Amino acid sequence: MKVRNIITSGLWSNHPIFRQLLGMCPTLAVTTSLTNALFMGLSVIFVLTSSSFIVSLIKRLVPHQVRIAVFTVIIASFVTMVDLFLKAYFPQISRALGPYVPLIIVNCIILGRQEAFSSRHSVRESIIDALSMGTGFLWGLVILGSIREILGQGTILGRPILNIEKMLVMMLPAGAFFTLGFLIALMNRLKKRC
Amino acid sequence: MLKELFYIFISAVLVNNFVLTYFLGICPFLGVSSRIKSAIGMGLATTFVMSFASSICWVLYYLFLEKFGLSIFLEYIVFILVIASLVQLVEMFIRKYSPFLYEVLGIYLPLITTNCAILGLCLFMILKKYNFIESVVFGISAGIGFSLVLIIMASIREELKYADIPKNFKGASISLITAGILALVFMGFGGMLK
Repeated sequence: MKVRNIITSGLWSNHPIFRQLLGMCPTLAVTTSLTNALFMGLSVIFVLTSSSFIVSLIKRLVPHQVRIAVFTVIIASFVTMVDLFLKAYFPQISRALGPYVPLIIVNCIILGRQEAFSSRHSVRESIIDALSMGTGFLWGLVILGSIREILGQGTILGRPILNIEKMLVMMLPAGAFFTLGFLIALMNRLKKRC
Repeated sequence: MLKELFYIFISAVLVNNFVLTYFLGICPFLGVSSRIKSAIGMGLATTFVMSFASSICWVLYYLFLEKFGLSIFLEYIVFILVIASLVQLVEMFIRKYSPFLYEVLGIYLPLITTNCAILGLCLFMILKKYNFIESVVFGISAGIGFSLVLIIMASIREELKYADIPKNFKGASISLITAGILALVFMGFGGMLK
């Protein structure tokens, strides 16, 4: 597979959120503010890249029947690292993200990439794929987080920028569903154009 | 005692529904909820796994991990392994006793492992410091709540097939917007808990 294809696949043509509809749980839950969205996206990039690296290294050693269990344990170990790191250095963020940090373990994007890509490609390709999928996920979260923070609180990264009536619904779970629903429709429209 | 258990039940089924307020289990929610029959099957399988997962995770966490001071490092890994083995068990059970259900749920069964609702259940149970009986009730009610929303969604989507939806909104987009409206509806139950 060409490196260029792998990169564009994660960033656009096969985007994890808008095209594959994976990783919905953190996408909807933590995007009440841009800060949360950024931290979640970066954590996922770290976990995805490290697990892809390890999985592609040991792919020949893992028996086929237990591969899912092995992948999950690898992912869970990295998530534990991220969780402890956030707790130690960013306690406030860690509290805001709550159980959604450990829930990265069951983020379908990560397991999906191990199963579909890293377990059958070289180390180099797997790392490129993980970085591009992770970055794709990050920009999706950033867009969603910015829209919800601006409309819901009139701020961006905690700084006030818009003096508008705050739309409470954007902070509620319903706002997350609506925003993502409309964004996916927008992506469908853009896809048809190009 | 009974009052508290009832409180947990109502909270998990209606007020703090796993799908609509915590965004747990969105992937099967979008994937399986197009037909009522498969929604019921998925709901049953998930409820079954949830009620066992909560009790087993409780026992392991408090009688083993906590006792030996391992909870910080091993919590997530132990939980995900318990869930993965349970799912395997349910899969073998369904394959043997209901080939029809097995055919319908096919690819979704192994996906229960990465259904965030199950791991989320175990994490919330620890966060809320429930005792053993409360945890079991919490597990069963969360499963019922999940199935309820899944079935409601499936019945709406069966009708949506005949609706005249703008082309770009077809599929995931309109499902998410419907889920948003459902989330608003379920907020009405908030007044039940004071």
